Amino acid sequence: MSTHLRHLRGLTIATAVTLTAGLALVFFYAPLDAEQGFVQKIFYVHVPLAIVSLVGFCLGGVFGLVYLRTGKRVWDMRSYCAIHMSLIFSVGGLLAGSIWAKASWGHWWVWSEPTLVSYLIVILLYCTYQPLRFSIEDPERQARYAAVFSIVCGAFVPINFILVNLSVQYLHPRVLNLQGGNMPNSMKLAFYVSLLGFSLLFATLMKYEMASKEMRIETRRLRRMLLGEDPAGPLVRSASPS
Amino acid sequence: MRLPHCTGEMQDAAITPDPEGPTAPALSLVVELDGLTRHFGERTVLRGISLGLDAGQTLAVLGRNGAGKSTLLRILATLLRPHAGSVKLFGEPLPRQGWAVRGRIGLLGHEPLLYRDLSGRENLAYHARLHRVPQGRVDELLEAVGMLQRADDPIRSLSRGMVQRLTVARAVLHRPALLLLDEPRSNLDPAAGDLVEPLIGRSAGVTRVLTSHDPQAALAEADLVLALASGRAAYVGPPAGLDQGTVRSLYA
Amino acid sequence: MRTAAAILRKDLLIERRTLETLPGMALLSVMTFVIFHFGLGQDSLSGQLAAGVLTVTLLFAAMLAVNRLFVAEREQGGFDAFLLAPVDRTAMFTAKATALFLFMVALELIAVPAFALLLAPPGLGRSLPAFLLMLVLADGAFAVIGTFVSAIAVHTRARDLIGPVIGLPLLLPALIATASGIGPLLTLRASGSPEPKWLAVLALYDLFTALLAIGLFDYLLEE
Repeated sequence: MSTHLRHLRGLTIATAVTLTAGLALVFFYAPLDAEQGFVQKIFYVHVPLAIVSLVGFCLGGVFGLVYLRTGKRVWDMRSYCAIHMSLIFSVGGLLAGSIWAKASWGHWWVWSEPTLVSYLIVILLYCTYQPLRFSIEDPERQARYAAVFSIVCGAFVPINFILVNLSVQYLHPRVLNLQGGNMPNSMKLAFYVSLLGFSLLFATLMKYEMASKEMRIETRRLRRMLLGEDPAGPLVRSASPS
Repeated sequence: MRLPHCTGEMQDAAITPDPEGPTAPALSLVVELDGLTRHFGERTVLRGISLGLDAGQTLAVLGRNGAGKSTLLRILATLLRPHAGSVKLFGEPLPRQGWAVRGRIGLLGHEPLLYRDLSGRENLAYHARLHRVPQGRVDELLEAVGMLQRADDPIRSLSRGMVQRLTVARAVLHRPALLLLDEPRSNLDPAAGDLVEPLIGRSAGVTRVLTSHDPQAALAEADLVLALASGRAAYVGPPAGLDQGTVRSLYA
Repeated sequence: MRTAAAILRKDLLIERRTLETLPGMALLSVMTFVIFHFGLGQDSLSGQLAAGVLTVTLLFAAMLAVNRLFVAEREQGGFDAFLLAPVDRTAMFTAKATALFLFMVALELIAVPAFALLLAPPGLGRSLPAFLLMLVLADGAFAVIGTFVSAIAVHTRARDLIGPVIGLPLLLPALIATASGIGPLLTLRASGSPEPKWLAVLALYDLFTALLAIGLFDYLLEE
């Protein structure tokens, strides 16, 4: 537990600094978009959120794989926290994307944008992660099944993007290239600093969540030690690793 | 297809145990437990169980409901993993070498492990295919447990005693060298009990781990007794060392 | 392989005895066609709409089989019996996926003629081989993901819910490919040859998910 707390303060400060710097660059340095104007600035929030959440989902799968290989509970915890945080980030990313879509295309939702559609599918898929965990009572089985699920879904994320891209390109022309390969350098700088800031935010929040969960487990363990062995035990069903 | 090689060979060697014969002590230990511990969630069901059981001997596990008897049997059957301590079957550590011992264990638990909608013959034929046992063995066992007449009726139409007899046949189908018997004689009338005696009784000549709702009967069959009280070993040793008061307090 | 064959044989025997799965699937699919007829208010469908209706119907029917696939193993001790035997664990996956695939093929033997009779416009005979090829590949996807999802769901409390809920998003790429692939085949001007892209996508999806599921299936059986 102490290993998480040790780096937590430094990480928190680094996150705050980078994120502030990133937002400052976005608002005061990066040029206004010629066509879309001020609302285009949400791009600097939406895209990093989306990228970080997708990487986080895949990372959850990698942690799940390590859990299956080693059987150490801490990897289950990492996998759970990575997916949990990614889900929160991805919902944020989806909302931001929706706002952007409304501002620039006039619709809250656009089916012809394959990145949006595949993103929605991925979010729907990961929305089932918590219900799955919650419906398995035995904590060991819960961890193992969640790990298997996280690996399959982690591998599913890139596959899904490729397939949906294929299908939408076939039916509709692409409206807008989200990747923005030809951004001016000032935009690029703001974007990358912002991306770094959100990545750090992800790492920090994940570490906070892990620290809190492990503290709770530790507290329960100490309480059991102090109050004596209660054979029935406080068997509370939970979706999170315990 | 990945298969545990040489299973058949070892099985053959193992089905002719020689309890009286001089065997090397390290090899003759069929069950070796050292500090075996198992949790369910935050509850500890087995705590630090240690014992060794020689080939051909019978271990009786005593204790009231919930003392951890069935959990112990499921661990020995490689169906549950131990959480701490070591378990060795035929000298192979579990759970790592589970595949090496699996075909040599026969489990007779609370569940019959038979499909309700299939007949006794079909169920046994399926298990024979899983264990690579010739199909002739099925009829041999159906006759041995006195179920030839009802062999083609679906399991759900049979009485509990008949199902139990088929369960015995299922458990010994592949001639296991270690029998794990969880209350094997429940639902059996005396005649049926005599029928299954050569298969799972002392005269079967195989190593056995046995629980029973009748402690006296279990003690009479045992070479070694493990008394469980809420997951701990209250007594490990020969049946003679266990006095009636302790037995009563176990079930109190 | 012998183990997988033994399990498959046992599963088909149980299905023949109990008829718990297939009649339900067939009935559901025909009823769904009737509902679509009224819901869409059309006597015959073609093109992408027909493809969508057919894909969704097959998906619904598949979910019935998925929910039932491991119930007997779980409730009647089949898992324990299998785990006690000295056999390769992957055999269980192979057998169950094959069983599900056969159930889907059997379902389509009823559902596709029913669809042709009730909803499809006449004169699509030229597309039939390509159409069947797409269906077989789609059945592969249903079989693999269905088996995987069913093995997870059978150990959960709300298994009838968890199965479809995790199965649907995982199947979405295959459903997209199936619907997009058979859509053009169900138009009257169809060339009769399948779009190679969708065939490739479905085949790759089948292969990829099968490898993944086989690699991970052991962890779902262990106690």
